[in-house]
Amino acid sequence: MMLTILTFLPVAGALLMLIFMRGRPNAYKMTALVTTIITFAVSLYIAAQFTTGDASFQFQEDHSWIGNLGIHYHVGVDGISLLLVLLTTLLSMVAILGTWNSIKDRGLAFFISLLVLETGMIGVFVSMDLFLFYLFWEIQLIPMYFIIGIWGGARRVYAAIKFFLYTFAGSVLMLVAILAIVWWYSRHGGFLTFDILTLQKAGFNGTIALWSFAAFFVAFAIKVPMFPVHTWLPDAHTEAPTAGSVILAGVLLKMGVYGMIRFCIGFFPEVAVRAMMPVVILSVIAIVYGAAMSLIQPDMKRLVAYSSVSHMGFVTLGLFTFTVQGVQGAILQMVSHGILTGALFMMVGFFYDRTHTRLIKDYGGMARPMPVAAAFFSLFVLGSLGLPGLAGFVGEFLILVGSFQYYKVFAAVASIGIIIGAAYLLWMYQRTMFQQANEKWLSLKDLNAREIVTLVPLVGMAIWIGIYPHTFLNMVDAPAQNILTQVQPYLAQHGDGLVRMVSALFGGAK
Amino acid sequence: MESYIWLIPVLPLAAFILTIIFGRWWIKEQAHWLPILAMAASFGLSIAAFVQIRGAEEPVILNLFKWFSVGSFQVPFGLQVDQLTSIMLLVVTGVGLLIFIYSKGYMHGDPGYYRFFAYLSLFAFSMLMLVMANNYLLLYFGWEAVGLCSYYLIGFFYHKPEAAAAGKKAFIVNRVGDFGFGLGVMLIFVTFGTLDYTGVFEAVGQGQASNGILLAIALLLFMGAMGKSAQFPLHVWLPDAMEGPTPVSALIHAATMVTAGVYMVARSSVIFAHAPTAMWVVGGIGAFTALFASFIGIAQKDIKKVLAYSTVSQLGYMFMALGVGAWSAAIFHLMAHAFFKALLFLGAGSVIHSMSGEQDMGRMGALARRIPATWITFMAGGLALSGIFPFAGFWSKDEILGATFKEGVYIMWGVGILAAFITAFYTFRMIFVTFWGKETRSDEATVKHIHESPKAMTVPLIILAIASTLGGFLGMPGQLNVLGKFLEPVFAVADEVLGREAERIVTMDVVLMAISVGVALLGITMAWYVYVRRAADLPEKLGARFGIAYKIVYNKFYIDEFYAATFVRAAVDGSRWVWKHFDELIIDGAVNGMGWLWQRGGTAVRPIQTGRVQNYMLGIFAGLFVVMTVIVVVMFA
Repeated sequence: MMLTILTFLPVAGALLMLIFMRGRPNAYKMTALVTTIITFAVSLYIAAQFTTGDASFQFQEDHSWIGNLGIHYHVGVDGISLLLVLLTTLLSMVAILGTWNSIKDRGLAFFISLLVLETGMIGVFVSMDLFLFYLFWEIQLIPMYFIIGIWGGARRVYAAIKFFLYTFAGSVLMLVAILAIVWWYSRHGGFLTFDILTLQKAGFNGTIALWSFAAFFVAFAIKVPMFPVHTWLPDAHTEAPTAGSVILAGVLLKMGVYGMIRFCIGFFPEVAVRAMMPVVILSVIAIVYGAAMSLIQPDMKRLVAYSSVSHMGFVTLGLFTFTVQGVQGAILQMVSHGILTGALFMMVGFFYDRTHTRLIKDYGGMARPMPVAAAFFSLFVLGSLGLPGLAGFVGEFLILVGSFQYYKVFAAVASIGIIIGAAYLLWMYQRTMFQQANEKWLSLKDLNAREIVTLVPLVGMAIWIGIYPHTFLNMVDAPAQNILTQVQPYLAQHGDGLVRMVSALFGGAK
Repeated sequence: MESYIWLIPVLPLAAFILTIIFGRWWIKEQAHWLPILAMAASFGLSIAAFVQIRGAEEPVILNLFKWFSVGSFQVPFGLQVDQLTSIMLLVVTGVGLLIFIYSKGYMHGDPGYYRFFAYLSLFAFSMLMLVMANNYLLLYFGWEAVGLCSYYLIGFFYHKPEAAAAGKKAFIVNRVGDFGFGLGVMLIFVTFGTLDYTGVFEAVGQGQASNGILLAIALLLFMGAMGKSAQFPLHVWLPDAMEGPTPVSALIHAATMVTAGVYMVARSSVIFAHAPTAMWVVGGIGAFTALFASFIGIAQKDIKKVLAYSTVSQLGYMFMALGVGAWSAAIFHLMAHAFFKALLFLGAGSVIHSMSGEQDMGRMGALARRIPATWITFMAGGLALSGIFPFAGFWSKDEILGATFKEGVYIMWGVGILAAFITAFYTFRMIFVTFWGKETRSDEATVKHIHESPKAMTVPLIILAIASTLGGFLGMPGQLNVLGKFLEPVFAVADEVLGREAERIVTMDVVLMAISVGVALLGITMAWYVYVRRAADLPEKLGARFGIAYKIVYNKFYIDEFYAATFVRAAVDGSRWVWKHFDELIIDGAVNGMGWLWQRGGTAVRPIQTGRVQNYMLGIFAGLFVVMTVIVVVMFA
């Protein structure tokens, strides 16, 4: 029952707010906050009860739902999904606390949207039935679309539609792929089912595997987003209100990678291994390209958005090297990116609340009126640029070690992304926090207690992951091994396909 | 010993945490106490470790906890103390303690007083982690962390645009070097399956890696060292780093952090000894940098900039030593340099303090009588830097030059001697212009206000002056080389590989010493001739005569301008071009074009285009529902 409670708690809170608290901002805000806190507590309880080192799904609940179509209400978590659930519940809480006073218009609808979104995200991570997964996947799209479209910035409608078109294109492809493999399995394996574990054992091959993989992959690549289908992200991030950006960067992007792990690799390990080299190349391009784009963004939020493209490039790079360090690094990088980028968006939001501008050139010398904010900001900036001892480094370095074992040239090119990473983040920090103070902002108030409380858990997580990543790596160790066992048989066979050509190009050798 | 060595880095860390949290509201002007006490305690413990490690064959290793444990990638958070580490510990905590005390006087009254001491403590922690790490990844941790502190402290006066820019530049240039370092660490892991020093060196000894791989590892590691230790062409950040407060320049940008590259190469002596080509590169870059930076030192007007280029040049000497396998000579020079360069920087700070913040030597002069304690100690530092007998720099520089000569690398020796000459010249140019002369070339108020610095500042100067004067006797040549003997266990393996034996004094040594002292004296005399006797305004005449050359040297060979015009521009303008022409025009163009097509198609059904997103949503879901139904029906009917 625990997972069901966890998943639907936020919606329950939202219903309560909708029915009893119209027009009472303090009441509904408090209810929203308390709901997310309880949800977070429940997820912590589940984590405490969770057996690490076990690759199988735990806390499973399985009920037949639409019997004649083989659709079940089947939920469960393994280490990977649990980690992402924890990230979701933490960031939802932080997002609500962080935007306490930022939403002036239609607040009730806003906070309800956030809670529905939380249910959708948790649902995606705990679903063990394809139909259920798809349902949650679509459910979380709707509140996000509204959050951007209603409470967003000046170009919100353009951004929202772009977000929707992109994601919807992905959704349609995914739906087709889901129906195709379910149909194929019922023809070849025997019965009609949407059960993910059953389908993982089906051993799809040939044309159906290739095309379904492609459809799933495009759907998830848009979500990640991978180069070159990333252009919805800067617009969506920039126009979204702070809470939207935090959740979008923190959790929604991870759903893409999560889908790749579960479906692209889980269902079609052979095709995944064949696709290894192209995906790795796209990832490395994303790393450098995203970093280069960040370098010249005039808008802080756009800068952080493009940096997400770069950081998520690391995730897909690590995942598709199919080495133990790469895969575990990728999963950890998802968490630390969620924490750090979420925190960066939060900080930009705090500044925006005070100045109503996001343009870097409008800032300067903010460290003088707001020293505490500058200190927090610097910590997140440093974490994000991969300073050892903070969260960003651990994942990045593991991924680099993984890709170095695969092909050295990719690790080298990805490392260039890290250099540019330092450049764009520190340059932004210099132009906003340091230098001549802008007269206009000298009287601004520093962070208040609520804002500091919002940031403290993120700081704690950034340091915890950086110094003692063991806690988290332990959780993902068994499922990561699981992924590797799935692809192992095919690695020797296909891992080298495109390789010879490229290594000849770069003069590299294995 | 395992029971206490972890305290050496942890004490400054604790001081940092307490000071940064409580400094602003509570500790305020008393912020110096915790850091100073922590540093003093660490210094005491370092002495204890030093005494205990003497003569030990094996390093003492203490694994605190698992840091990384992923598959075969096992890296502990582990500390190690051997003779090399213990020397570094003494230098870092000893010189650090003096500079902490000095800072109490120097930074007095600064609005960021607590912040300054907090960062200094964080730096001490990071630097101690760097030298105490027992594996390459933890070394990397300390390496990046000192870079971070350097970033904070260079930009300490963050409201000055130059300071903010200099901090950023230092970090990014270092990152370029660390690009190599990081890849080197990965290559070590992939090659040997471990990152622990002991494991790696053992595996190297057993010949587990080909020469090509070892060369690659050595060069990649050295790339990191070039960044951190400001070797050409990555030296550009160090002179700019002088924007930081002077105690920072003394501690981080002269005595400790910048020597981390030297430490790292010395630590990896086994790897380098197996890669002769890499040693040539190390020595070559070192020698070139030593000469190149000393040239620039001649033409600088800012007293701290002279010292900065001097530091770059002296670091070049250390790499020269490493390049010919004179490991302990490099460490000896590192130590001696820490003494006399810290002294010179702190002395310069005392001068600047007395001149109400003036740094331009052109506006100084005749300070000898006004600030005698600073002057005398500064002279000791200057003599040590110039390599005059019996000051510390004489012994250490001479050991390096002797080693290059004995290895038969005469060109390196020649370059070293030439650089020594220039060093003596620019050092005494600085001293003469600052302290000699008839009157101070500054405005009346400043001149009136000239005063000797407080005790907190002069006492560290005196202690460092004593160390700079006597410290050299630790490393006298031949059998008397106490330091060399002490370090023997660390470098035994590398020396064996290179086939080096214990040295004895020969006549050649004495001749070489005489040459280098003679050259230094010549440099001093020339400086005296040009700047004190002022044979009819010689400097101006020379300046006019060699106008272009002077301009090029004064502008540091335009290397900064070159980088700005090439790499920086390519990155920024190139990215902007791609953003406008690819990201926005092509990709987004395609997306928007798709939207436009939809819209054109939709003109036929314009009435339902209400412009309200909710209606689109409805339409989309309706469509989705229809598609799903059709597919399900077709498939299962």
